[in-house]
Amino acid sequence: MSAENYPRLYLYRRMVDAKLFIDRHYLDPINIDCIASEACLSKFHFLRLFRQMYGITPHQYVTRLRIGKARELLQAGATISDTCYTLGFSSLSSFNKLFRQHLGVSPSGYAVSAQAMNSKVAASPMQYIPQCFVAYMGWDKQQFSTTETR
Amino acid sequence: MITKLSHTSFFVLDVHSAKDFYVNKLGFEVKMNVPVGNDGLWLTVAPKGQDIEITLIPVNNELMFKKDTSEKLAELIKAMAFGFGVFECVDVFATYEELKTKGVEFIKAPTKIGEKPEAMFKDDSGNFFGLCQASSHSESKKQ
Repeated sequence: MSAENYPRLYLYRRMVDAKLFIDRHYLDPINIDCIASEACLSKFHFLRLFRQMYGITPHQYVTRLRIGKARELLQAGATISDTCYTLGFSSLSSFNKLFRQHLGVSPSGYAVSAQAMNSKVAASPMQYIPQCFVAYMGWDKQQFSTTETR
Repeated sequence: MITKLSHTSFFVLDVHSAKDFYVNKLGFEVKMNVPVGNDGLWLTVAPKGQDIEITLIPVNNELMFKKDTSEKLAELIKAMAFGFGVFECVDVFATYEELKTKGVEFIKAPTKIGEKPEAMFKDDSGNFFGLCQASSHSESKKQ
């Protein structure tokens, strides 16, 4: 790969290493200084490059990861307080506010609807799969038996 | 009146390996993961935040395909006969480095075509995809 087609290869690799560091440690008490040091860059240079490469700041990215993890935990049945403190939010009110900002719903509202959906899908999975796929994949054998197998 | 595309499908050789690829390597989220019957699985994934469901359909599904059809499909997939689309990212070079670090096989490293850098990669089955950089046009379409 020529240098003109792939500018600043060394910088990209350092930034990607830093981003993967965030992916592995976002539940730990990391800060911008230790992340920037993973990239061997000054804090300000790192912030500017991160935003240029990923479209958001490192702080916004960490928050997005934590809210995504919160969704998973709440869907799996974790309590709101356990989710909040496991993910390192400083208080239930700050967790509630950030969750709502990102997903447009409170953690409790999300948990209730996610649990209800889990129960409905477990009870009647076919209701949540487009019927054309049910037939196409042979899960509705009664419909499929009149069609020649491909 | 059709308002959007809600589901699309990728044929894959193994649905569990494909799930690992799309979720753990490409960073997609699981939209639906529903066991059906004894060994069926309705699995859909999507890039995080996108309102679409990509169905991962294993070609060795005995209810869907006869054995010889299944074998032909598998050979076509391995021979990279299928390209199911183009994915977009903020920075192709950064995404290329990250995906390569995670073990994604690239057919073409990023090069600039016109004003936009593009790359190509394949999934664990052999389906190929373009990877392009979001342009201002793409950004304005989202608004």
